[in-house]
Amino acid sequence: MAVIGSGVLRGMGVTFKTFLETYPWGRLILRTLRIPVTNGLFTIPYPETKQQHPERFRYFPFLVYDGTPDNLRCVACKICEQECPPQCIHIVMEKDEQGRPVKAHGRTLPKQFDIDMSICMSCRICVDVCPFDAIEMDNEYELSASDRYEHMIFDKHKLLKSADYFQKIKPTEAATVDARLAAKKPKA
Amino acid sequence: MELKTSISPTIETQQLEVNLGPQHPSTHGVFRMIATLDGERIVKLKPVMGYLHRNHEQIGERATYIASFPFTDRLDYFCAMSNNFGLALAIEKLGGIQASERGEYLRVIMAELTRLVNHTAVIGFLLNDMGAFGTPLLYAFREREKILDLFEAASGSRMMCNYVRPGGVREDVPEGWLERAREIVNAFPRFLDEFEALLTENEIVQQRCQHVGVLSKELAMNASITGPMLRASGVNYDIRKVDGYSIYPRFTFKIPLGTVGDVYDRYYVRILEMRESVNILQQALKEIPDSSASPAISPKGLALVKAPRTFRPPRGEAYGRIEAPKGELGFYLVSDGSSQPYRYHVRAPSFINLTVLEDMCLGYKVADVIIILGSIDIVMGEVDR
Ligand code: SF4
Ligand code: SF4
Repeated sequence: MAVIGSGVLRGMGVTFKTFLETYPWGRLILRTLRIPVTNGLFTIPYPETKQQHPERFRYFPFLVYDGTPDNLRCVACKICEQECPPQCIHIVMEKDEQGRPVKAHGRTLPKQFDIDMSICMSCRICVDVCPFDAIEMDNEYELSASDRYEHMIFDKHKLLKSADYFQKIKPTEAATVDARLAAKKPKA
Repeated sequence: MELKTSISPTIETQQLEVNLGPQHPSTHGVFRMIATLDGERIVKLKPVMGYLHRNHEQIGERATYIASFPFTDRLDYFCAMSNNFGLALAIEKLGGIQASERGEYLRVIMAELTRLVNHTAVIGFLLNDMGAFGTPLLYAFREREKILDLFEAASGSRMMCNYVRPGGVREDVPEGWLERAREIVNAFPRFLDEFEALLTENEIVQQRCQHVGVLSKELAMNASITGPMLRASGVNYDIRKVDGYSIYPRFTFKIPLGTVGDVYDRYYVRILEMRESVNILQQALKEIPDSSASPAISPKGLALVKAPRTFRPPRGEAYGRIEAPKGELGFYLVSDGSSQPYRYHVRAPSFINLTVLEDMCLGYKVADVIIILGSIDIVMGEVDR
C-alpha cells in the first residue's frame, strides 16, 4: 500500500505543473526538464480584445438586401413567421388601398418586419426554412439595451443589412447561397 | 433511529428541519431539499422540484416536429447534441426516415464528444461540492472549452447547438473540422491521466466518497435508474449495447462497471466511460466516409429541415431512446397524422435518477448529502422540463 498522503502530493504536483505552464519562464523550466507542455486556454480581456468567432457563429437574424435597401430579398411569404419556434417574428405585407400586394423589383415586400430580440433564441430555423435566402444569421452579439420595448424589438430598418455585409462575415456560406440564387435566376 | 438511544435520555433532543436551496450553488440549479436532521444525520429528506418548469412537452405539441429541436437543447443544457440526437431518432422511427452514412457518423461523434463534455463538467462540480473550490472544476472546464469550440465551429453555438436532425445533421462540418477533432480527441487521454493523478488516488477524495451514498443493485434496478449511476452499482446495462441504435454496433468498446455503488464508484465509472468514449471517437473519426461519398443529411431529412410543415407522419407512435451522458433519454411521440405531434413526452434521466436521493442519503451527514446529490448528476432544466 502506498504511503498515506502520497495521493495528495501527486495531485499537488499536477497543480504545480499547471502553475508553471501559466508563465513563459515556467514553460521553459518544464521544457528543459523534458516534461510535455500543453498550451492552455488564455483569458481574453474583453471588451478590449474580442474573441475570434468561427464563421458559423450565429446570434440574431438579419434581412439581406442586394444593392439598395429597397431591393430586399424577402417577399413577405410569412413562412419564417410560422415556423419560428418561440413565435417572435411579426410580418405585415405591403398592400395598396384595394388590398392588393404592392410589388417592387418584381416581388412583393413586407411593410412591417419585426423580430423581438428578447424572445429570439438564435436557433437558425428561420434561415433554414426561408425559400428565398432572404434572412441570415448575424454574428453581432453586443445587443444589450436598457429598454424592453423600444430597443429590443428590431424593425425592418434595423434588420436590413446588405449582401456585401453577409459576404464579409460569412464568406463560405454566402458563396453557396449566391450559387443557389444564380441557379434559380434563368428560370424566373 | 438507533441514534436517539445513544443520546443520554436526560437530555431532550429535537429534530431539526433544514432547507437546502432552492437557490444554492450546491443544489445544481433551483432545487430544494427539506432535510430533517437528528444531530447531523439525515432522517428524512424531501426533494422539492418544479421551479424551472417550462412546459416543454406542451410546447412540443403545439410546434412542428422540427421546431422542438431548439427546445430540446435547453433540456439538459450540457448535452444539447445528444438531446437533439434522441429526438431525431424518435422522428426517424415515426416517419420512416433513413439517415445518411456520414450523418450517422457525425451524430455519433457529436454524441460522444458531448459525453466527454458532460462527464468532465460533472466531475468538476462534484469536486466543487466536496470543497475543492475551483481547481478541478477549472481544469475540467479548460478541456470542455476546447470541445465546445468544436461545437461552435460546426453548429454556430457552443451550448445550444440545434445541430442534429432526422436523417443526419443540419449541415456538414466545415473544412478542417475533423482534423481538429482528431487532435483534441487524441490529446484527451493525457488530460484524463492528469485529472486522475489529481483525484483518483487522492486520500481526501477517497475518504469523502468511499462508502458514502451507497445505492444497492436491487434498488437501482427497481427504481429504473439508468446511466453511469446504474453501472456504478454494478448493473451491466448500456443502451448503446442493449439497443444498438444508430451505428454503435460497429464500434468496439467496453462498459465500465462499479462494484460498491458509492459516490466514488460513480466518479470512477465516469472517468472510465470517458476513456471508452475516446475509444469510440477514434474509431469513428477514422472510419467516417468522405463528404463526396455520402451527404451529411439524407434527402428526406433535408426536405424535412427545409419545410417542416410538409412532414406529416402516419398515425402511430414511436419511442426513440439513446444513452445520454446522464442515462436513458427517451422521446415518446404520438402522431395523429398532422404536422404536429399529438403527444410528446420526454423521459428525462436526471429526473428518474433523482427519485432515489432520499434512500441514498438516510443516515449520512449533511455534507454527504451535497456530494451524493452532486454524484447523481442532475441538471434542473431536464428534471423540471
Ligand atoms: S424572410 Fe424568407 S421566409 Fe420570411 S417572409 Fe421573408 S421570404 Fe418568407
Ligand atoms: S433564430 Fe429562431 S427564434 Fe430567432 S427569429 Fe429565427 S426562428 Fe425565431
